[in-house]
Amino acid sequence: MFESKAGVFLIAGLFFFALAFAVMGYLPIAIYQDEAEQTLEELAKEGIIPEFVELAEQFPDRFERYYGKVNYDSFANALKRGHRIYIAEGCWHCHSQFIRPVSNEDLRWGPVSHAREYQNVLQRPVLFGTRRVGPDLIREGSRKSNHWHLAHFFKPTNVVPVSVMPEYSWFFDEDDYPNADGMAILTYVQWLGSWLNEYPYWRGKGPTGPMTDDSSDAVADQTIAQASGAHLTGESP
Amino acid sequence: MSRAAVPTSDATTMPSSIDPNLIVNQRIVLWYFVASLIFVLVSMLAGLLFSLQFIQKYPLAGIEFFSPGRWRMVHTQGVAYGFIANAFLGGLHWAVPRLTLRPVLSVKLSWFIFVAWQGVLLATVVGILFGQAQALEWGETPVWIDPVAQVGLILVAINFIAPIIKAPGPLYVSIWYFIAALVWTNLVYAMGNFLPEYVVGGSAAGAIGGLFIHDLVGLFVTPIGWGLMYYFVPIILKKPIWSHGLSLVGFWGLAFFYPLNGIHHFFYSPIPMFLQYGAVIATIAVELVVTTVIINFFGTIKGRGDMLRTSMPIRWFYIGMVFYFTTCLQCAFQTTLTFQKIIHFTDWVVGHAHLVMFGVFGFWIMGMFVYLIPRLMGVSEWYRPSWNHWHFWLFGIGLFVMFIDLMIAGLIQGFSWRDLAPWEDSITASAPFWLLRTITGIMIIVGQLFFLANVWMTWATRKSAKPATEGQSNPITSPVTA
Repeated sequence: MFESKAGVFLIAGLFFFALAFAVMGYLPIAIYQDEAEQTLEELAKEGIIPEFVELAEQFPDRFERYYGKVNYDSFANALKRGHRIYIAEGCWHCHSQFIRPVSNEDLRWGPVSHAREYQNVLQRPVLFGTRRVGPDLIREGSRKSNHWHLAHFFKPTNVVPVSVMPEYSWFFDEDDYPNADGMAILTYVQWLGSWLNEYPYWRGKGPTGPMTDDSSDAVADQTIAQASGAHLTGESP
Repeated sequence: MSRAAVPTSDATTMPSSIDPNLIVNQRIVLWYFVASLIFVLVSMLAGLLFSLQFIQKYPLAGIEFFSPGRWRMVHTQGVAYGFIANAFLGGLHWAVPRLTLRPVLSVKLSWFIFVAWQGVLLATVVGILFGQAQALEWGETPVWIDPVAQVGLILVAINFIAPIIKAPGPLYVSIWYFIAALVWTNLVYAMGNFLPEYVVGGSAAGAIGGLFIHDLVGLFVTPIGWGLMYYFVPIILKKPIWSHGLSLVGFWGLAFFYPLNGIHHFFYSPIPMFLQYGAVIATIAVELVVTTVIINFFGTIKGRGDMLRTSMPIRWFYIGMVFYFTTCLQCAFQTTLTFQKIIHFTDWVVGHAHLVMFGVFGFWIMGMFVYLIPRLMGVSEWYRPSWNHWHFWLFGIGLFVMFIDLMIAGLIQGFSWRDLAPWEDSITASAPFWLLRTITGIMIIVGQLFFLANVWMTWATRKSAKPATEGQSNPITSPVTA
């Protein structure tokens, strides 16, 4: 049996593979099967991010030319196109999209990743990533301004001198204003993490950079306090 | 078929009625090797180009088709499907007919697959450069090519399974690995390329993706690689494999434990934790199995250690095996959750991947090239044997230094991140390691150029040395002396 062609074909080739697939592949599928996958439309209707609205204000002519008005459709279009570019340029090979519960990652990036966050069409195939040359991006939304991102996409070393990120000049029109691709990737990056209710807690008022030094802890605490204050005084229930 | 037999090889061990040169189509083997050599050079240059981005010296910045991220994907796809797959298909075309004493199902089919496969590869490169990549690690082939590649793999399996089925009785170790690999490759490719794209999403797709990354190495590259080792090593050493029992343990252990490792690529991810623990245990089990295979091969060479000096193929094979043991030992440690806290997401993993793909399978393939290419060209000696030594040492030292370099860089990055140092600190600290990585990459490429020059000159001088009557009509299929 262990040396026969049929034995090798049936046991090793088919049965062992099926067994491993059942354990390592089918089991997670079964566990998450009731967790519905959100469609692009549903994602857009969860809320248009403020940065998308800002984009329309910052580049009104161009925004209108490429995306029309600010509405769920144009937002969904931008997200979809941005996601496509994110894959095409291999962004996900250098930027992971999951926060682990170890190595102080929650302190650096924000709340630890939850399975539900990945149940949507913009995580198909899932963009966990396996390497962090640059920062993790799953909590990147609203950390920095649109202008910061655009300047950074244009020539990263102008903003972060030690950066090893490539330049993406083809995200810009000939007059160096963002084109449809530039607006799309910007929208996608600013959207990441925006679905969390408790996050980003500094949206609109906190520090604009990642927490990188000792003092930022204090700033972050203060921002959390402000954010919770805002909650208590009651914009949202 | 007797136990622990030396695989049927050259005319000396072959029944006199069967001429191996009639059942092995040598021309297609050579063409596969040429394709493999072209793609390995392209992949290496793509890797070098990408590495220049890391030292802020990217020469083609701002040009869309030279977007470094896209060339990174050309690098990995070229290595997996251009370099390794082409070399293995050539190796299978050499080994399977000799082991089964039967030709492949159809030589026409072989040629069709060869041409179609190169078409798939070119389409992959062009597709990726035009921004059509798929978001699957090692499976960035654009989605519209996946079904074509799948059909190609099914045809490959049919073409090789046919002679295996016709051969009577239990077969030699290599054939076990080949049968399993031909089945697994098809299943793995279908699972990895279609399920996460069309069937499941989210964390479950992450589990499938991890399984795909792992199985591509473990169930396609590894079994064909070991099958070829079980074939070539006894032939070159002219002695049987040390222990048939260990061969059995090695094969069945690999078949059982290797596919169970998938999730170890995404520890601490939202994939359920009990599955992650399972992957840890299976990965450590693989290391034990690998040890038995390594013991078996070192038992085989015992008493003929001088061959490491005198035989270039044996040297490539056995140093590759040392690297294999190294990567698997490394894997048993890095798969533990303790190591994962620090090394995940760092250059440690990149170093590991290079040692596996180039240090192990690259070495075995180079050994196979060194052994077979003169035979395929009908010459008895390389144009300059010394160039092959240059190739070995530049390639070997370059790769080993790159591995150590990236491992250290990975540790520095991991600890820097854990200690909440500013992100830029980890970049600054990595800079010298990335520079050294580029330098070692250049070493590897220079070594490879020595080899390519040798291949070219061996071919060129052969043609001029032979009289036109025999040499030019059909040079490749002329008889070969072992």
